[in-house]
Amino acid sequence: MTEVAAHYSYWITIFLMVAGMYILIARGNLMKKLIGLATLQTSVYLLYIAPGKLIGGTAPIYAEGFTTYSNPLPHVLILTAIVVGVATLALGLAIVVRIREAYGSIEEDEILERDRAAD
Amino acid sequence: MLEQLPALQVVLPLLAAPLIVLVGRGGFGWAAATAVSWACLAVAIGLALRVAEVGVISYALGSWPPPWGIEYRVDALSAFVLVLVSLVAAIAAPYARRSVAAEIERDRHYLFYAMYCLCLAGLLGMVITGDAFNLFVFLEISSLATYVLIALGPQRKALVASFQYLLLGTVGATFYVIGVGLLYLKTGTLNLADMAERLRAVEELRPVLAALAFITVGLGLKLALFPLHAWLPNAYAYSPSMVSAFVAATGTKVSIYALLRYYFTVFDPAPLFETLPTRELFIALSVAAMVIASLVAVFERDVKRLFAYSSVAQVGYITLGLGVDNLDSLTGSIVHLLNHGVTKGAIFLLLGGVALKSGAVSMSIGSLSGLGRRMPLTAFGLVIAGLSLIGIPGTAGFITKWYLIVGAIEFGLWWLVAVIVATSLIAVAYVWRVVEAAYLGEGGEAPAKTGEAPLGMLVPALAMTALCVYFGFDTSFSVGGAREAAELLLRGTR
Repeated sequence: MTEVAAHYSYWITIFLMVAGMYILIARGNLMKKLIGLATLQTSVYLLYIAPGKLIGGTAPIYAEGFTTYSNPLPHVLILTAIVVGVATLALGLAIVVRIREAYGSIEEDEILERDRAAD
Repeated sequence: MLEQLPALQVVLPLLAAPLIVLVGRGGFGWAAATAVSWACLAVAIGLALRVAEVGVISYALGSWPPPWGIEYRVDALSAFVLVLVSLVAAIAAPYARRSVAAEIERDRHYLFYAMYCLCLAGLLGMVITGDAFNLFVFLEISSLATYVLIALGPQRKALVASFQYLLLGTVGATFYVIGVGLLYLKTGTLNLADMAERLRAVEELRPVLAALAFITVGLGLKLALFPLHAWLPNAYAYSPSMVSAFVAATGTKVSIYALLRYYFTVFDPAPLFETLPTRELFIALSVAAMVIASLVAVFERDVKRLFAYSSVAQVGYITLGLGVDNLDSLTGSIVHLLNHGVTKGAIFLLLGGVALKSGAVSMSIGSLSGLGRRMPLTAFGLVIAGLSLIGIPGTAGFITKWYLIVGAIEFGLWWLVAVIVATSLIAVAYVWRVVEAAYLGEGGEAPAKTGEAPLGMLVPALAMTALCVYFGFDTSFSVGGAREAAELLLRGTR
């Protein structure tokens, strides 16, 4: 039981991952799909960050009296991943705006219906 | 200068993009994009020649030695794919001038070329990098640029296609990065060569298997491995002509390269192929792609979608070689990266000329009727490229199928030989529909303009078509390079 509780950050990660995928697949609204996508990407940030943190560890700066340091590399990687995530989200939102201008809707089934009607 | 070639390969297109945006003129954008594409081809050929001499080039970016810094690593396989990507770029970039002028609003031209340069930088970076996380960053650079390029298509369907690709592509990239995260947790390194060494010593295999699964699905989404190909047909069909050609010829190939790299150099291939059903899985999915996607292509009405489905089938041939996993089949796989790249590139470049002349936004099979009279050279090019798609002797496609069949026979998989031949016959069916419309179809609706496409488009398209034939006769570069790459992948595994 303690084994399960001690790894609570992993459980949160897995929950966010699955929740994000579910929203992405199950919702027809393009905005909600993007929210799902962002949730999925956020879960990965946790996957990297949590194991890099040591309990009682400090930032990896040499100083008297500190001997335990957290691993800085995952933080740096995730900084990059966050930038990538923001860029993806921004592009996704921009395309949603253009889709709304072109179709007058951001519901997937309505868009597909209008495409069929136009063919 | 020569030592800096690996960095230049990526830095040149990466720097060209902001420069094009700053200058902000379409004409300059095209000139810069073309110059950079040719420069990249020169650099790639230079790297390939040096690799032939010294074996492996390792470049420490910013002089941080690997495994701490990011390493650029060029070996026989990456040099081969670098040449493929930059060769397609060098032919497609001159073509873009007239095609883009006709399909995209004037004030957006410079942005188009900036995106094209970013896409090229991302693709080349994915191939040249020896760092797992750096590969993810370049994957996203090329993907984000590709989403924008696709969304620039003339129909509003392009927006939906681009959005769908954005969702699936990002899920793929996220899965890849989850896999890399698990490998990093297990090994403490991101350098692929270093990771491979440390993975051999890992005893607890469950996280490694999870990483393998995430990376396979993630890259599988990007390379359109059946049944993860849902994004591909619309993305190819509704994007601007030049983008269809460039992305169809390079996009999926680079992801296949990354998959090969993980399967044969990072993970230990011996248990991968002996204790796990990797071989069965890849053969089953590849055969499904070859049969089902080819059949869908036979019944498709839109010409660009027809060839997009054919791409899904052709990716099946490439992953089939990976699944059979011996020297000949892997050679077939790797050489098909190049052969399918030039074949599909030629087809989409030629179709771009047809689209320009017919003035129609979407292209049904019927709109091709009478093409043999209206645009004899273009129609003839389509026939040649179509023959290469089928795999007629004397074309590039034949070389691939030859090696795949030899590989399958070596392994005793006779039924697979039958499948390869049967799917080639299905390819005859869908290529014939195009040829029939072009040469035997009645005049059909009168096109807006008659005559061939402008020279700026026709010459690159026919040059690409000529390559389909060239690689069918002179295989010293294509098969020679692919065989060396295949030997490299199989070295040390058995």
